[in-house]
Amino acid sequence: MKKIKGYSITLTVNNENYDLTAEPNRTLLEVLRDDLHLTGTKESCGEGACGSCTVLVDDQPVRSCLTLAVAVEGRHITTIEGLSQGGALHPVQDAFVAHHAIQCGFCSPGMILTAYALLKENPSPTEEEIRRAISGNVCRCTGYAKIVEAIKSLADQGRQER
Amino acid sequence: MKEFAIINTRLPKVDAWAKATGDARYTDDLSMPNMLYGALLQSPLAHARIKSIDISRAKRLPGVKDVITAKEAGLIKYGVSPARYDETVFCDQKVRYIGDEIAAVAAIDLETALEAVSLIEVEYEELPILLDPFEAMKEGVIAIHDEFPNNICAEVHQEFGNVEEAFKECDYIRTDKFVNKKQDGAFIEPQSCIAFYDLNGNLTLTTSTQTVHYVQRTVAMVLGLPVGKVRVTKPCVGGGFGPKASANTIELASSILSMRTGRPVKMTFTREQVFQHSRARHQFWHELTTGVKKDGSLIALKNTCHMDGGAYSSFGIATVYYGGSLLGAPYKLPNMKYDGYRMYTNKPANGAQRGHGGVVARAAWEQQLDVIAEELGMDPLEMRLKNMMKRGDTTCNDFNMSSFGMEECLEAIRDGSGWKKKKGKLPKGKGIGVACGFFVSGAGFPIYRSETFHSTAMIKLSEDGGTINLYTAAADIGQGSDTILTMMAAEAIGVRYEDVRVLSGDTDFGVDLGAYSSRQTLMSGHAVKQAGEDVRDQVLEVLSRNFKIPVEDMDIKKGLIIFKKKKPDFSVLRSTYIKEHRGWVDPPVGDELTFKEAARVAYFEKGVVVGRGSYKPGDLGGKYKGAAVGTSPAYGCSAQVVEVTVDMETGKVTIDDMTDAHDCGFAINPTNIEGQMQGSLSMGVGEALFEEIKFDDKGRVVNPTLGEYRIPTALDMPNVNTIIIESNEPNGPWGAKEVGEGAIMPTIPAILNAIYDATGVRVRELPVTSERLFTLMKEQEKK
Repeated sequence: MKKIKGYSITLTVNNENYDLTAEPNRTLLEVLRDDLHLTGTKESCGEGACGSCTVLVDDQPVRSCLTLAVAVEGRHITTIEGLSQGGALHPVQDAFVAHHAIQCGFCSPGMILTAYALLKENPSPTEEEIRRAISGNVCRCTGYAKIVEAIKSLADQGRQER
Repeated sequence: MKEFAIINTRLPKVDAWAKATGDARYTDDLSMPNMLYGALLQSPLAHARIKSIDISRAKRLPGVKDVITAKEAGLIKYGVSPARYDETVFCDQKVRYIGDEIAAVAAIDLETALEAVSLIEVEYEELPILLDPFEAMKEGVIAIHDEFPNNICAEVHQEFGNVEEAFKECDYIRTDKFVNKKQDGAFIEPQSCIAFYDLNGNLTLTTSTQTVHYVQRTVAMVLGLPVGKVRVTKPCVGGGFGPKASANTIELASSILSMRTGRPVKMTFTREQVFQHSRARHQFWHELTTGVKKDGSLIALKNTCHMDGGAYSSFGIATVYYGGSLLGAPYKLPNMKYDGYRMYTNKPANGAQRGHGGVVARAAWEQQLDVIAEELGMDPLEMRLKNMMKRGDTTCNDFNMSSFGMEECLEAIRDGSGWKKKKGKLPKGKGIGVACGFFVSGAGFPIYRSETFHSTAMIKLSEDGGTINLYTAAADIGQGSDTILTMMAAEAIGVRYEDVRVLSGDTDFGVDLGAYSSRQTLMSGHAVKQAGEDVRDQVLEVLSRNFKIPVEDMDIKKGLIIFKKKKPDFSVLRSTYIKEHRGWVDPPVGDELTFKEAARVAYFEKGVVVGRGSYKPGDLGGKYKGAAVGTSPAYGCSAQVVEVTVDMETGKVTIDDMTDAHDCGFAINPTNIEGQMQGSLSMGVGEALFEEIKFDDKGRVVNPTLGEYRIPTALDMPNVNTIIIESNEPNGPWGAKEVGEGAIMPTIPAILNAIYDATGVRVRELPVTSERLFTLMKEQEKK
């Protein structure tokens, strides 16, 4: 197979800069998992349908399996590993643990990041807004009830803080 | 009522923190030094003779380390049930479905492996394709397996009581047909594995499986290795729901490739390969004839079922039995006849999926019972209550309901849903429906005939006494068995939840048949409870000798030793412990002797302190052929009420509300049980409304993606009112039994009954897409 020429890029992931070589067809998902060993980001469908590979690019959820690594140079990429700080869970992660919003856990990184992005933009979403926001992240285990509960618990906090 | 410190509480899951932070490791997240990547060559044709295979070009590609076909892998047959071992690692003479495996390559990276696969040349002679099981069983058609000339992989004929005689006594008899579609497990993590065969002749297979024990046995048999030389271990598993409950091709191929290359080999399915491998829900065609008395008493049921098995048996022998046996309850039914046929077709093999074999039969029957109730002018919920079995009842096919909170379930959903206010009173386009169901709490027999224990457990104390290590081969695939077994171990010993460290899903830790047939809470639970009690007894016996206090005057609670009478002087013991652990951060403090100190004393006396537990069900009754499929030490049961809105213009169904009651015997962790109930309902909603694997006329899956094969999203699911019923199962640890599969049973029929209530249309073909319902509503209008 003819090797495609790689480009030198610098990716900013979880506030760290990484100098890498990436072929133009290399996805962000592949770079995160294979080059940076950030395996918290999962591949499930490989075509942008399931949301398991969701990461944040400048706080917006994107499908890393459909995002080319070379296209996100200079942007701030956050993976699930970057959400907890200094060993302490982020409140969204805490809520998922407390509400049993995690069963097999394979969708959880993407789900948590999507929830994080939602709450950042809208600190007190309604249930309908929550369901809509996570409707691109499929979960086969939970039936979503406890995921919605977990996010709602934070939304209620957001409402109280307002 | 007995007070519990750990069980019957809503403790968070042991693996939740790791899974919330990305620290949890699944198989494809792992790699090993010097690891090779494997790829499969799969058949592009649904049915063909292999005339030749040329691997020479693939082998010459730089970076390729090995290429194997049936010639290299051998032709040892394997499968799930020894009575139907009909698979080889690679196809020999024939391919039988699109995706059937022909060869595998190991190379330095995945790209090279895939390129090598494309260089393998196979010459085929196309054969007639059989996609319809009714065509496949006709006389004179081609045999997909030579040993089965009519393509009937298995048939079952059972009769309990005398159905024809009983029909003569009935006031009302009706027959209905029902069909579903082939469904996919759609677990979020595709199968993946890493095999490593070392120079001492030990194979370690790390794999995404529900059943390390069965995979170990299959790999050992196919590779010709002693079982003890094969270790199968699972890291975190991203769901299974049935299809991951037996050995798959990549587990076998990667093991062979590692043996031949001496290097670790990783193989991972793409999503399309998950659909091709399948082993998920069969397609069933049921014809049910039910006879009742005027007062609604059920008298007899005749059930004929045809199943599309796909190209291989997989779990299908069990499935064809379950398709009949799981209608034996929850109603008193004195006469039941079942004729089941499973046919081979040129499609991916079907196997076990949540509610194995019973989900479609249940959907068909619970809808028919609704029709009968209406014909008799009875409330469908009241008719169910009237026929309901009670604790201690035995079905006509010999299932003993040693606990059975079914009446309580029905009453709970009736009251919890506002049934009486709503039934028959909702406007057109809105409907309410009810259904019931039950499921085994663990298969009563292993999949191979054996006297084996179904579960063993070992608990080993750390030498400082502070940590309790629980070893079990049970598989947490997301359902929470690690959490449940940790809670059980802590409860049995009397220590805190956080003192127990669970090590699971590894054949090195013992025997456990794994996560299928909803068996682990009851079966693994028994073994863990016993091991915990063993540890507790051992520690207390040592204390008894040291303090000259009878064991029965002591207890262990929350990690402290309770002296029921006089507290002995343990100051010397404590100062010794503290001296020994000088500089450590957690010296024992307080007025009570800690378990840690007590365990240290036990360590001094015994060296290693190990508690052991093992479980197998006793004699479960049922002497007829096939009694092994369905008999179980206990049965979980469920009832559900579903409310829907149907858009009368388009036929689109929206689920508005679901009220679900499940009898789990005793709730070890109520939150976890609710999660199982909610997840079951979600899978049921998908199967009822949109899940369907579609094929073209060449046998190709046309929607092998999570975009085209739609599973429920957060917008499809309503809030679910989950009600836990506890019936104290005498055969379960602390009275506990299953929840993982029983909860799916009523979902589809409750939805169908609600759709009827909303529209006046009975839908007897799944899934109920807008198009299907719209068409049926139009037909109804014309009448």
